[in-house]
Amino acid sequence: MSFRSIAEIAGSAMTAQSVRLNTIASNLANAGTVADSEAAVYRARKPVFAAIAERSSDHSAGAAVRVLDVVQSTEPVRKAYEPDNPLANDEGIVFYPNVNPVAEMTDMMAASRAFETNVEVMSRVKSMQQALLRLGQE
Amino acid sequence: MAIHFDKALGLHAEALKLRAERTRVLAANLANESTPGYQARDIDFQASLQRALQDDAIGLHSSTRSAEALYRVPNHPAQDGNTVELGVEQAEFSQNASDFQTSLTFVNMKLRGLKQAIEG
Repeated sequence: MSFRSIAEIAGSAMTAQSVRLNTIASNLANAGTVADSEAAVYRARKPVFAAIAERSSDHSAGAAVRVLDVVQSTEPVRKAYEPDNPLANDEGIVFYPNVNPVAEMTDMMAASRAFETNVEVMSRVKSMQQALLRLGQE
Repeated sequence: MAIHFDKALGLHAEALKLRAERTRVLAANLANESTPGYQARDIDFQASLQRALQDDAIGLHSSTRSAEALYRVPNHPAQDGNTVELGVEQAEFSQNASDFQTSLTFVNMKLRGLKQAIEG
C-alpha cells in the first residue's frame, strides 16, 4: 500500500519547511546586526529545495523534498554613516545586512502555511488508513 | 456455487486502490509546493480504472501494473517552473479523500451483504 510513502513525502516536506523557517528566524533576528566591513556583515540565508523522484518502478510519481543547500543572498548590503556606533570603522561607516524584513515576514507566512498543509495531509491520510483497517467491521 | 470475492466486490476494490495511489501523487504535489522546477502530476482516474478492469478481465494480475501519472497543465505558470497550484491541489486532495471514503463505504456494504447471505 502506498500510505507509508505518503508519510515519508509529507514528513520530508515538513522538514524542508522547518529548515526554511529556521533561516527566516535567523534572518529576522540578525536584521539589525551591523558590522565594520562588507565581508563580515551577516547576509540573508535562503534554502534551496529539490524534488527527489522515487526510483522503484511501481512508485513512479512520488517525490519527496530535499534541502539541497542553504545559500547566502548576493544582494548588496546597506552602508550607513554612523560615527557614534562603536562598531563603525575608521571612516565612521557601518554595514547593515541585506535582510528585507517584509519579504522575510511574507516568506514566513508562506512557509508556515506549507507546513500546515503537510500536517493536514498526514492527518487526513491517517484517518483514511484507520478507516481501511476497520474494513468489514461496520 | 462458489463465491469469488474479487467478483463480489466489483470495481470498488480496484477503485479504492487507485484512490490510495492518487493520494500519494497529490501528497507529493503538496509537499513540493515550493520546490523550483517541480512539475505537478496526477492520475487520470477514469482511464486507469478502465485499464485495471480490462486487465482483470483478461486475467492480468493487477499488482504488476501501476497507474500512469500524467503532468498537470497549470492555470498560471510560475517563473520558477513549479506547476503546483496550492488551491487546486488542496481541492483535489480533499475530493480524493472523500472519494476514498465513498469507495470504502461501498466495499463495506458489499461485505455486509455477503455476510448476510452467508449467515442467512
